[in-house]
Amino acid sequence: MSIIDEVECLRRIPLFANIEVPKLKLLAFTSERICFPAGDVLFRQNEMGNTAYIILDGEAHVLVDTPGGPLDVATLRRSDIVGEIAILCDVPRTASVIAETDLTVLCISKDTFFRMVMEFPQIGVEIMRVLAQRLEHTTRQVRQMAAAVAVPASAPA
Amino acid sequence: METSVYRFIFRYSLRQQVVLLILTLLSFPFLYASLDLPKQIVNNAIGGKNIPNNILGYPVDQIGYLMVLSGAFLALVLINGWFKYKINTYKGRLGERMLRRLRYELYARILRFPLPRFRRVSSGELIPMITAEVEPLGGFIGDALAVPVFQGGTLLVYIAFIFMQDPILGGAAVALYPFQGWLIPRLQRTVNQLGKQRVRAMRQISDRIGETVSGVQEIHAHGTAAWHLADISHRLGDVYDIRFEIYQRKFFIKFLNNFINQLTPFFFYAIGGWLVIHGSLSFGALVAVLAAYKDLAAPWKELLDWYQQKEDNRIKYEQVVEQFHLPDLLDETLVAAPPPPDTPGDPAAPPPRLTGTLSFTAVTLADDGATPVLEGVTADIRLDRHTAIVGTGTGRDEMAQLIARLLLPTSGQIRWNGQDFTRLPESVTGRRIAYVGPQPHLFAASLYENLLYGLRRPPPDSGAPADSHARHRRTESLAAGNTVLEPDGDWIDYAAAGCDGPESLETRVTALLRTVHLDDDVYAMGLNQTIDPDQRPDIAARVLAARQAVETLLTANPKLGRLVERFDPNRFNTNASVAENLLFGTPVGPTFAIDALAANDYVLYVLDKAGISRSFLEVGHQVAETMVELFSGLPPGHEFFERFSFISFADLPAFQAILAQVTKDGLDRLDGEARTRLMTLPFRLVPARHRLGLLTPEKEANLLAARRLFAQNLPADLRPAVEFFDPRRYNTAATIQDNILFGKLVYGQPQAQTRVSAMMAEVVERMDLRDCIITVGLNHPVGIAGSRLSGAQRQKAAIARALLKNPDLLVLSEATAGLDPRTQARIHAGIHENRRNRGLVWVVQQPAMAKNLDDVLVMKSGRIVEKGSYDTLNKDGTLFHELMRAD
Repeated sequence: MSIIDEVECLRRIPLFANIEVPKLKLLAFTSERICFPAGDVLFRQNEMGNTAYIILDGEAHVLVDTPGGPLDVATLRRSDIVGEIAILCDVPRTASVIAETDLTVLCISKDTFFRMVMEFPQIGVEIMRVLAQRLEHTTRQVRQMAAAVAVPASAPA
Repeated sequence: METSVYRFIFRYSLRQQVVLLILTLLSFPFLYASLDLPKQIVNNAIGGKNIPNNILGYPVDQIGYLMVLSGAFLALVLINGWFKYKINTYKGRLGERMLRRLRYELYARILRFPLPRFRRVSSGELIPMITAEVEPLGGFIGDALAVPVFQGGTLLVYIAFIFMQDPILGGAAVALYPFQGWLIPRLQRTVNQLGKQRVRAMRQISDRIGETVSGVQEIHAHGTAAWHLADISHRLGDVYDIRFEIYQRKFFIKFLNNFINQLTPFFFYAIGGWLVIHGSLSFGALVAVLAAYKDLAAPWKELLDWYQQKEDNRIKYEQVVEQFHLPDLLDETLVAAPPPPDTPGDPAAPPPRLTGTLSFTAVTLADDGATPVLEGVTADIRLDRHTAIVGTGTGRDEMAQLIARLLLPTSGQIRWNGQDFTRLPESVTGRRIAYVGPQPHLFAASLYENLLYGLRRPPPDSGAPADSHARHRRTESLAAGNTVLEPDGDWIDYAAAGCDGPESLETRVTALLRTVHLDDDVYAMGLNQTIDPDQRPDIAARVLAARQAVETLLTANPKLGRLVERFDPNRFNTNASVAENLLFGTPVGPTFAIDALAANDYVLYVLDKAGISRSFLEVGHQVAETMVELFSGLPPGHEFFERFSFISFADLPAFQAILAQVTKDGLDRLDGEARTRLMTLPFRLVPARHRLGLLTPEKEANLLAARRLFAQNLPADLRPAVEFFDPRRYNTAATIQDNILFGKLVYGQPQAQTRVSAMMAEVVERMDLRDCIITVGLNHPVGIAGSRLSGAQRQKAAIARALLKNPDLLVLSEATAGLDPRTQARIHAGIHENRRNRGLVWVVQQPAMAKNLDDVLVMKSGRIVEKGSYDTLNKDGTLFHELMRAD
């Protein structure tokens, strides 16, 4: 897979949909591509991190620690971005991500990521939108599952 | 040291000066004869007058006589030349010897400066004094006596001649000399004063330059370069003014001198002419006197030049020497004398052990009348116990330095078992005491040499060597009053470190590295060093065994195998650059350096022969296109250029132009330089890292073929420029790490670096190679003042250096303050272990550290306010308790 495929993949991410191709190419070129074998952990909840990941190939699970054990809150596929929260606001990782299959990702360092956000304000807007969607999705999922296992209504939202 | 240059010259070179004078005088008759002979040749031999019938009994005719005289003339020319040559060499040698003696003496004096002196005088001032300022003295010393005596003598002869011709004219000829002799030194005095000012101004400039170099970080951090430029410009302006003034006055003196010299002929013409007309002087006598006076001018001018030169050198000497005349210079016998032997008559015996008690009585340390740093300190320090010094305010480090005999008290007494401690020579204290301060200095050498620094002791003088060159060097050293010890002899005192030779010392050093927790760092340094397998065949063999072990491990464990792509002669390595793939080796020297490949004739030949020149150029074109597309939008100086681009910002326009030309004319019409530029780019491609998709499997196969051609056809003269990757051979040009791994880390594997390092560390441990690598790491150059090491590493190295010489007394002054708490704890344990039953004085950075020491001295503003054991002092109401609580 060459940098051209990576750019194709980046273009399908809503965050980057409006960015010119040369800029995406630069983003890809200055980022490292890493292959995780199935079962490998990209990062764990509560670790500090400075990298966001864009899935190029394969699937990964997002797991959140709950009092009832790890909870699978999402599955990531090609053109999904994950890990950007930790680098956006310097908080520990809010979830763990584990490779479900052999996984190829593009690692975007905090440095590069901020440079892109600074240079292209529309990425900022897109981030807000994506985060809001994700929050809504996660909340709904947790509520459904809480109802399903009859946990009291005060369960973490 | 002699206060005036002439005392210095006469004290050390009187004999040589006399020899020089005699030689000069001896040369004189020959010189005279060579001036006289041409007259004889012209008048007698050619003119045919007074031809003798025979010479020394041999009959001669006119031609024969001419030939004899001409031959004599040639012989005289040779003799004169020989005299000149001998005299000049003699002068040169004398001057250089004296200069060497002077410089040596000045340097030796720096070593005797009391330490507080270095707060007032900078290296920027000292260096030019010893190097540049005394330099002209070398040229002057040979002329010091011979020139005035010779020229003065010549002058006197001429004057006597004139007086014999006519006393009145003689009187007239010298009438103005007293006036000149009075006037010129007066004028010269101002020039001398200016010369002094100039030297002072230049010293300040050197001092400023030195300060700029050491403080350059601050200059950039505060953006004050403009101020420093203004400052230096101002000072250079001062020097300019002074020098210009000197020129004006110097040439005015010359002008005046010339004028006065011409004034005398005026008298000759006027008065002498009058006398001739009145018949009281013969015409011939006047002409003779005039001719003689003309001859006077030359020696007189020489004398004046010499006088100005002498004044110049006199001042230079005095100005330098006065800086080295200190009333409180350390006694020579303290610094360089051999130790008083334990057993009389055996100079090789070790110095006496430092045991017993060190007693301070009313010790005060003050710096030039300022408030004393230490005042009225009275204490006993038992050298078999461990003493902690804690407290507030100044004076703790000074106390430690007094105990280490680095500082001497201003008043009061320090006695060691009743003996005057301050009279103990450094050959004893340097051997028996070790001091580690808060900011130790390392010398610009390897780490190993720095660790061994404390073991340096003068080797016994082996006497005159057999080798004639060495014997000559020794004679010269003696003639210049220098030491005859050679620095490359074996200065290491193995016994002091408890070792019997280089091998056991290496083992001991390695063990000490663990004590000070520096072993991991040195191991890492060792991994990145290269070794010469011819010199260390043992290490090379073990590294090759480790390479084998790593290979086995990588093959057996696919999880690890995935992390490394090993060098395989028959496979293209996608994690290595195209250059490495083509060379299949490490370049040695600049011939095959990665950026030089595209211009290398042999490389171009190989690409041609493999039939891939054209496709190589195409790839270069594609890389250039990509780089221009990616990076041309970025501002200059953007860090991406440095980190990612194949093309620097400055080169972008050139490549844009090349691309435009290619679009217009095609690739084949490019000129040589543009071609080379494009051809340079593919060599830097690392396919797995850059992922540009430019190298197809077919191109990789072609490059493999080119690799083979490269190795097969490599001319013999280029053979040393590359060290091939050979699975069975040690690669001299590659680091130990690369030799073990024999491959490239695979890009895109999570934590490949960490995991491979761990795997290698395990193999190294298993193969018992770790200590070998540490030994190699000890060769790591520490840089100027240890700047290539971190602060913590320097600190640890200094502690290891102190421990290595097994001192009777170890003095630490906040020596571990810069280390993190965990390392401190480890090192402290090691120090206590090492110091069991031996003396330790420790200025501790935290009062709590005193718990592990026997005695505690509590200081406050330069006085000792409390002493006792930790337990007796750690009670309510004591300053120590207060300090403990505040900590």
